[in-house]
Amino acid sequence: MTNTLRQTIVAQLEDKPGVLNRVTSLLRRRNYNIISLNVGRTHEPGISRMTLVLEGSDDEAGRITANLYKLVNVLSVQNLTHTQNVSRDLSLIKVRATAATRSAILELAEVFRARVVDLGSEALTLEVTGSQEKLDGLLPMLEPFGLLEMVQTGTVVMRRGPTSLVSQTLRPLAAE
Amino acid sequence: MTTASPYLSPTPPAGAAPSSATETPSETLTGSELIWATLAREGVDTVFGYPGGAIMPTYDMLPRYPSIRHILVRHEQCAAHMADGYARASGRVGVAIATSGPGATNLVTAIATAMMDSIPMVCITGQVPSALLGSDAFQEIDITGITLPITKHNYLVTRAEDIVPTLREAFYVARSGRPGPVLVDITKDAQQAQATVTWSDAPVRLPGYRPERGPLVKELEQALTLLQHAQRPLILAGHGVVESAATSALLEFVRRTDIPVACTLLGLGGFPASHEHNLGMMGMHGEAWVNQAIQEADLLVAVGMRFDDRVTGNVKNYAKGAKKIHIELDPAEINKVVKVDVALVGDARAILSQLNPHVTETHHPAWRARIDQLKGDAAVRDIKSLPDYGKLYAPHVIHDLWQLTEGKALIVTDVGQHQMWEAQYYKHDYPRKLLTSGGLGTMGFALPAAIGARFACPGEEIWVICGDGGFQMTAAELSTCAQENIKLNIAIINNGFLGMVRQWQQMFYDRRYVATPIKSPDFVKLAEAHELLGLRVTRRSEIADAVAAARASAVTTLVDFRVDAEDSVYPMVPAGANLDEMIRRPLPEPPPTTSKPETGAGQ
Repeated sequence: MTNTLRQTIVAQLEDKPGVLNRVTSLLRRRNYNIISLNVGRTHEPGISRMTLVLEGSDDEAGRITANLYKLVNVLSVQNLTHTQNVSRDLSLIKVRATAATRSAILELAEVFRARVVDLGSEALTLEVTGSQEKLDGLLPMLEPFGLLEMVQTGTVVMRRGPTSLVSQTLRPLAAE
Repeated sequence: MTTASPYLSPTPPAGAAPSSATETPSETLTGSELIWATLAREGVDTVFGYPGGAIMPTYDMLPRYPSIRHILVRHEQCAAHMADGYARASGRVGVAIATSGPGATNLVTAIATAMMDSIPMVCITGQVPSALLGSDAFQEIDITGITLPITKHNYLVTRAEDIVPTLREAFYVARSGRPGPVLVDITKDAQQAQATVTWSDAPVRLPGYRPERGPLVKELEQALTLLQHAQRPLILAGHGVVESAATSALLEFVRRTDIPVACTLLGLGGFPASHEHNLGMMGMHGEAWVNQAIQEADLLVAVGMRFDDRVTGNVKNYAKGAKKIHIELDPAEINKVVKVDVALVGDARAILSQLNPHVTETHHPAWRARIDQLKGDAAVRDIKSLPDYGKLYAPHVIHDLWQLTEGKALIVTDVGQHQMWEAQYYKHDYPRKLLTSGGLGTMGFALPAAIGARFACPGEEIWVICGDGGFQMTAAELSTCAQENIKLNIAIINNGFLGMVRQWQQMFYDRRYVATPIKSPDFVKLAEAHELLGLRVTRRSEIADAVAAARASAVTTLVDFRVDAEDSVYPMVPAGANLDEMIRRPLPEPPPTTSKPETGAGQ
């Protein structure tokens, strides 16, 4: 068996009711374990984009790609695991902050380029954008102050350079 | 993608001839009429169904479409099995229709059966009015949600104007690429509302759906190289050979390459059983020499098959010495179970036809002699060649039926021991002559599927071969046979047990026969109660007369074959065992002294 790694798969979907349900039903039925799943609209009307991150071998990723293609509402699928990408997660972290600890937390925030989006007498909320690694670095540093709540979006990924996955999807459609 | 439908053009294309199906280029009809009109335009001549509240507007319009014959079933599951049998026998899309709620949920087992075996089928269900959707209304059920994982695709239609494009899409998706069942759920208000349509025969285009694929030249070349150097090659022919009508291409491929052919259960008939290169069935109840040959092969050419666990046994030790070429339409099947060396993704017939002019003619006398040698004492162990000592054995029944029908009957089996015996002893020389539930293994499939096949192939002799357990699951359809004047021949292989489970209990559960002895009604009287013909056979010498009487009878005839209660299917690869670790039929014992030999054979 080939090695397990973090696989990033991007799919362009028809923006119709129930399409996300079809995708998640497939992943559940085939027993694939999702790390993160993000779905949102694109600049192209009628097309939404899904970014799927999961643990698996290249073989497994190949089969997921093939199975996603079988869904009638899936327009295109690309595996971006081995390409040059920009990848972002956004997190909101609420941490206990008193007058005594606030400045230390703000210093940490500065180092990690986290923004303060809410500030009160007992707690503050940080917004962190970046890769998963950056977040993994910040969290243990905040832990001693008292982590109250953390929420994360799924990963969104874009290939570096001028390639557009959406135009790649649309081109064969226009040719028909 | 957009609300504008690409399938119904607002105006007829300039210069387009009016369609033959209708005089007027555009007309206003109710949703119910549009359903039937679309079916008629898709060439549907028979639908199998059961009415109910949410589909009543559509049934009300049925008499206006006399080209479509409706068969009233006794249970919706059987409607979908009939549509399935119709599709398997003809290669055309089968159609089932049911109401909302329980009507829809009753379809589920049969839809799953069709999904597992890649059968093109369209199921139409009524749904509560769209205003009531999501309110737990009477007979409301989320059937699109329920059937999501067991359909190739499904639709919920809430507006009359969406009915025609959706049904056209449904037929296209069902039959194209790797076929499969499609469900269309239509709300009652959509059936009642009116819509104006402009009929169009333009091909359906779906933006994200591209069923046609073909291999790269480089991949074909790799396959040719493997073929050229193989010493012990074997072809594994599956259902894809039947589905893509690849039989003649495969015959030509075999003529050029001299490679022997083994079939999966659903592949039987895709390659003629009487052909000198045919080895027989592979897998759990496959021929011993076939499984042994697979383990000894140095090249497997898998055509339209998916390495099911019933075919491979323990995958870790499956054909370890063999390179593998996988000719398969569905890319998601590649490397799913068995890692292959060359994958040729596309239609089996197209790919074999592409390969044929380029394959080097090869000869494999040593390998074929080796396979003959592997047959060893198989013939001695085969119950076909053993005396019966007055007992009736299912393999004898099936073997004799094969001889009496000259191997030309269309056989529909149920699931269990009789299904495996049929696969072993009825030699199919033609595709689409064996209809059987392979992937899901659905008991109760045989009778309704045979009724469906009856309408697909009106002139053919059809035999249902069914166990006493499976027959009782859908026996109510005898009523349908009587009502619709359907002529079938039914052979019940009656051993008083749920035989295959009993066999497993005997082999793996220390003969604890829990919940497998089963009492049946008097099947002869049951047939007579339906004004059909019932016969009983208890000895081998009575088989020929019973078969002749069934064939001569104008009505459906049921023959109750009272076979030996505790016979087992051999050989058998236990679940999860290596393919060459087979349980063989015990060697023949000397005749019992208490009973007189029935046939006199072996004396």
